[in-house]
Amino acid sequence: MKVSIKVNGVAYERDVEPRTLLAYFLREACGLTGTHVGCDTSSCGCCVVVLDGTTAVKACTMFAAQVDGREVMTVEGLADGGTLHPIQQAFWDQHGLQCGFCTPGMMLTSYVLLKNNPDPSEAEIREGLSGNLCRCTGYQNIVKAVRQASEVLRQAPAAAK
Amino acid sequence: MIPAPFEYVRARSLDEALAHLQQHGGDARVLAGGQSLVPAMRFRLARPAVLVDINSVQELDHVRTDGVLTIGALARDVAIERAPWIGDTRWSLLHDVSRVVADPVVRQMATVVGSLCHNDPAGDWTTAALAARAEVIVRGKGGERTVGIDEFLVDSFATAVQDGEMAVAVRFPMPDDRTAGSYQKIERKVGDFATAAAAVQISLDAGGRIGKAGVALSAAGPCAVRVAEAESMLTGQTPTADLLRAVSDAAFRRSEPQADLRGTVEYKKHLAGVLVTRGLRQALARLGVQA
Repeated sequence: MKVSIKVNGVAYERDVEPRTLLAYFLREACGLTGTHVGCDTSSCGCCVVVLDGTTAVKACTMFAAQVDGREVMTVEGLADGGTLHPIQQAFWDQHGLQCGFCTPGMMLTSYVLLKNNPDPSEAEIREGLSGNLCRCTGYQNIVKAVRQASEVLRQAPAAAK
Repeated sequence: MIPAPFEYVRARSLDEALAHLQQHGGDARVLAGGQSLVPAMRFRLARPAVLVDINSVQELDHVRTDGVLTIGALARDVAIERAPWIGDTRWSLLHDVSRVVADPVVRQMATVVGSLCHNDPAGDWTTAALAARAEVIVRGKGGERTVGIDEFLVDSFATAVQDGEMAVAVRFPMPDDRTAGSYQKIERKVGDFATAAAAVQISLDAGGRIGKAGVALSAAGPCAVRVAEAESMLTGQTPTADLLRAVSDAAFRRSEPQADLRGTVEYKKHLAGVLVTRGLRQALARLGVQA
């Protein structure tokens, strides 16, 4: 079947099988490998992308066909050219990653979290990220990064998309 | 794993969805949030020939409180978690469930009605629906019928929805004024199915006696189970520590769990008893009563 999906502002028209999962559509049909596949069963959150700018979804548990005609943002869509998004800058500054495998999902879940709650408490950040697993960091620096991003985005909302 | 091939159709209206379901009968499945169905298809535990996607059917995306709480088939878990009334003590059972079902990202897609239709033995919404005495609105060719939750939950992964039919909403009766509930869940990690869980909802009359009682267990049988013995023990009584102990024993007896990686039969039965007591204590505390 033909689908037309806007990813990071670019329209991708592709012929896919209905069983094509969104994560594999992004990686294989669009060549956007920043969406990682970890557990493949909606547990780990490495494949989180943003749907229509408002909803964080696990792309391994959704078919590309469901997203036909809609907009997806992947981690590749966060930066503005060479300028990192405040969430990316915060993960850099706070050492919010080690191996980096979970990072795209962490950042995109944080993106929606901060849209819905611009000034979350530490507990709210930990709760909001509880569907995203990290095997390296122990989460401390991830939480610090989201706090930094929250502060930066509240001071300069224009930096946010 | 990648699911087996299937035909995908996107329904634009409820009538269109029903027409597809009637055309394909038992070969078709409804795709709402997909958070249980898609993993099941990936494991090849489910191999529907046709998926009827209802995500564009706006008339199913509603949560209404007009004398009764109605949750449409496309209302996401997050719509309950963030509902303006969710802080009302009368809805505390649903409040608790909405914060522990799956994880915060999955809750943005997952639906309440979808969870009922999946009817996992360790489901959360199914257990809450039993304790709160919900009913499911099922629509088919012959019109609409209302199915009590006890009859709706037939067996593991099986419900009263027949081929060509669809569950379009779940209804929770408006609780009495002095009503509170609690959902107690033990899980290995956020987003896991319950190792054991208990849903309770009680209302107190003017004299401080328990008017209505709902007690149900998750991961304690082929699907969520009602602890009818506990409910009748509670009804009409003034809550005391002795009563709670007796109710806990009834939950222990009623629980018939499967041993798996999450725990042994003995452990899960023990949890069933403990969690019912904890739930009742919390519900009573929410009504300002110590027991």
